Amino acid sequence: MEKPPKPNVDRRSFLAGAATGAAAALIAKQTPAAAQPAAEEAAVEPSAAGRPASDFMVDIFKSLDMEYMFSMCASSFMGIHESVLNYAGNRNPQSITCTHEEISVAMANGYAKIAGKPVLVCAHATVGAQHAAMALYDAWCDRVPIYLVLGNTNDAADRQGEVFWLHSAQDPAALVRDFTKWDDNPASLTHFAESAVRAYKIAMTPPMGPVALVVDEKMQEEHAPADARMPKLSVPTPPAADSGAIAEVAKLLVAAENPVIVASRAARTPAGLALMVELAEALQAGVVDSRRRLNFPTRHPLCGGSVAEADVVLALEPGDLSNVARQARQRNAKVVSITATHLFQRSNYQDFQRYAEVDLSIAADAEASLPALIEEIRRLTTGARRETFRQRGERVAEANRRSFEQARVDASYGWDASPVSTARLSMELWAQLKNEDWSYVTGWVNWPLRLWDFTQHHQYIGRAGAEGVGYYAPASVGAALANLKHGRISVSIQPDGDLMVAPGALWTAAKYQVPILIVMQNNRAYHQEVMWFQRAALKRNRSLELTQEGFGLGNPNIDFAKLAESLGVGASGPISDPKDLAAAIRRGIAVVKRGEPYLIDVVTQPR
Amino acid sequence: MKPLLAACALFSLAAGAAAQSARTERAAIENGERVYLSVGCQACHGTVGHGGAARRLAPNTLPLPAFTAWVRNGSPGWSLASGMPAFPPSVVGDADLADIRAYLASLPAPPPVAEIPLLAP
Repeated sequence: MEKPPKPNVDRRSFLAGAATGAAAALIAKQTPAAAQPAAEEAAVEPSAAGRPASDFMVDIFKSLDMEYMFSMCASSFMGIHESVLNYAGNRNPQSITCTHEEISVAMANGYAKIAGKPVLVCAHATVGAQHAAMALYDAWCDRVPIYLVLGNTNDAADRQGEVFWLHSAQDPAALVRDFTKWDDNPASLTHFAESAVRAYKIAMTPPMGPVALVVDEKMQEEHAPADARMPKLSVPTPPAADSGAIAEVAKLLVAAENPVIVASRAARTPAGLALMVELAEALQAGVVDSRRRLNFPTRHPLCGGSVAEADVVLALEPGDLSNVARQARQRNAKVVSITATHLFQRSNYQDFQRYAEVDLSIAADAEASLPALIEEIRRLTTGARRETFRQRGERVAEANRRSFEQARVDASYGWDASPVSTARLSMELWAQLKNEDWSYVTGWVNWPLRLWDFTQHHQYIGRAGAEGVGYYAPASVGAALANLKHGRISVSIQPDGDLMVAPGALWTAAKYQVPILIVMQNNRAYHQEVMWFQRAALKRNRSLELTQEGFGLGNPNIDFAKLAESLGVGASGPISDPKDLAAAIRRGIAVVKRGEPYLIDVVTQPR
Repeated sequence: MKPLLAACALFSLAAGAAAQSARTERAAIENGERVYLSVGCQACHGTVGHGGAARRLAPNTLPLPAFTAWVRNGSPGWSLASGMPAFPPSVVGDADLADIRAYLASLPAPPPVAEIPLLAP
């Protein structure tokens, strides 16, 4: 059987990427790399013998620098798909087959968080969108740009039989409108062109998020007119805080005795991570990172702080701030928030969290606002304050050093236990990763974040935005695909229940030779729900005997190594003895360095 | 001769009592581990009481009265969403609870962190 085309970078480039240093490539671009043709130089060939409109559509996607098209194939976007394969030569975008639309979107989520840009995702308007919905909601909550094209047959007269009617809708995007920023159903190719570019623009403007573009099947088959042109793209600059707000915040922070910075999605890009370090160091303030992205280097002396003792809290793209704000009010502390979510929210899904009573609320993108804030802080910081800051920084650093020491001690408990402790698993991995260019693409286990040395933005991309189960496996494959050109070793600690939602992600990793080391956190139950059940049953003074019946993932135990091998992924395990980990990980990394995925099934402690 | 026989008898009784006590203690530990796992303590505390979603239970296990009170009352303000729930006697009886405590108290301390190369800073 002929092997499918590999992803856009060949293996030699993958291996060489680590040596040449791909720092420039790490910087996320706001605008696509492809040159934009001028209005007078539309790169569209004259329509002579019937150039299909979908060729022109793919030209638009190329101009948006779409590297891949993730899809579970479907008739409703066959025109686009055929154009990708035959007209575009299956390159930029390259077609990547997924076995479920949830995988397509979650892969696109992981990819975007590494690459800083979306891929093209295509799905049927009805059944495809329904499958994709949870992953789309994950991306919405996580502020990730997803570019979703939904194929539909708009005109009833064009629906050729029962299945066409089942797969068509009057308003296909209605299903996902509550968790997309924008959607459209263009009525002409000119309309499509403008909407396609506008959709990208909206998706990539903070707060970033998914967009949906419905494309009529018949339109894809029409002839592209000779004068069809691609609109010029200009992505808005991210909204930054105004100078008055900056001045007020800087004054508060410089005057504070114990300011603390809290961040959730502050560092959108690697540049954002560097700015966070500058900010913290300018103030000598601790940073509490809830790590929906990597906002701060984990072993930096200022990583960590006590919000409970802060007199000023600066919250940058925070999650739920309501408790912090309530507790601050009780001790007369001030809370300032800078977040772009104030600029765009919907109301049905309650991801916006409980109302937080803050003192100063700035509607702006945190990363874009940091340069001006840092400059103003530095301007206001005079000699005496500088010494106060230095002493504060020493106290924060000492507290964080003790916290790190405690984490090491905590990790030692259960060190030799079987099933394997998650601390042991994490540190066995770290021992073999720490000298590589690595990326912890997904993982529910927190030990890496407590003990590994995270210094670069791509080394961690957060969790599922809506905590939807079924995100981790595909997102990790998508992130690994984005890491491929940089020669990074992608590693995930994969929850067992999550993999069972969409195991087809492994097949996609195998088919396209996506190098990723997947280490199973095989704890054989949905343990979060086990705890809920225990509390529910005990509150009612009832038995716990049926816990495994309701929430166990054993009996029979899932053989993840065999599952992976059946899907084309090399694998080993199950491993229950921690002494067997080192050799298995060594083997796995060797396979990944060859450019292939590999899975190690490890039977772990519950948490 | 009689004192020697008496001493031997006493020694046998004491040895027998010690052996019985050791068997009883072993049985208690084994039962404690069994109940610990069947009731589901490991879901939050780990199979060897090393912690996880909740606090570490071993070594330095609470004395039995405090341990019992903690299990019977749960953590203050526990709810469906958080905290340690209260375990009534109908779910785990006093004798089994004592055995669980014995199991946890029997677990050895881990090696010092300095002796674990993978945990070197």
